[in-house]
Amino acid sequence: MSVATISTQDSEPVFHVIDEHAHPEGASTMLGFWIYLMSDCLIFAMLFATYGVLGGNYAAGPAPKDLFDLKLVALNTTMLLLSSITYGFAMLTMEKSKIGQTQLWLAITGLFGLAFLGIELTEFAHMIHEGATPQRSAFLSSFFTLVGTHGLHVTFGLVWLVTLMVQTARFGLTEANRRRLMCLSMFWHFLDVVWIGVFTFVYLLGMLR
Amino acid sequence: MTTEARTLEANAGGHGHDDHGGAAHGSLKSYLIGFGLSVVLTAVPFWLVMTGTIADKQVTALIVLVLAAVQIVVHMIYFLHMNTRSENGWTMMAMIFTVIMVVIALTGSLWVMHHLNVNMMPIHDMSQMP
Repeated sequence: MSVATISTQDSEPVFHVIDEHAHPEGASTMLGFWIYLMSDCLIFAMLFATYGVLGGNYAAGPAPKDLFDLKLVALNTTMLLLSSITYGFAMLTMEKSKIGQTQLWLAITGLFGLAFLGIELTEFAHMIHEGATPQRSAFLSSFFTLVGTHGLHVTFGLVWLVTLMVQTARFGLTEANRRRLMCLSMFWHFLDVVWIGVFTFVYLLGMLR
Repeated sequence: MTTEARTLEANAGGHGHDDHGGAAHGSLKSYLIGFGLSVVLTAVPFWLVMTGTIADKQVTALIVLVLAAVQIVVHMIYFLHMNTRSENGWTMMAMIFTVIMVVIALTGSLWVMHHLNVNMMPIHDMSQMP
């Protein structure tokens, strides 16, 4: 698209579509991906609603106060927040076409994401070891479903991140790879937004219950 | 003006380059502002709950919820680069629709199930038994 197209179109007014205007490859990808994220948002909204309804049903089992360690959650939140800003740096260096720095920031993002998952799995393992399994009560079922779904999203985000790093290493920062990296950027930041909901509704409000 | 001309205008109004189909970019400054704000907005609720500075739990819960809502908006603007111009406003449209759906589903579920609990829970008050 260039300014020239406007001037030629403005010179002679047309009142009907002469022919199909050009759709450059990937022009609608970002909007389409955004709509996917919005539908993902609805999935999480349903899981939040389920947790909101069932979160108080302990079935005489452990309550949030007995299970959650806020220090660990704070550390986890820090990991995800840091991974968000490092992904932002990756996008900024990508715009400047600095492939080495982009790869470096992507790798750092991946490590923070891995740390997040590691801490989360440690927490889950600790809870299950104490007998707080998903089968124990409605509260724990909805907890593991909600937090587990988020963790699964982060896992797939990491798989995607590694895939794109390999793609970038092999083919460079091509137009297609930039578009893919931008989609993953939206996905990654979106997961951080969902995590705000998780640490607020599940952990912080759970401790206040 | 044709649709294409308007698309061009919308793209140019974004961040000055139109090679990516109308999605907005951030700058180093905007990322750092967003990061700084979200660190504060995360640290304060954790500090409030971990130390129990405010004795009233309902007040604490309310503050925590408000800070979370603010932080979500901060992330939307500074990390996801939401604005009314990108993709001719369609991203904003999709988001407003989603927010409406989420609000209906969340408040509806909690409201209905709360009343169900209040009205249907058996009352285990043995003193009332004959």
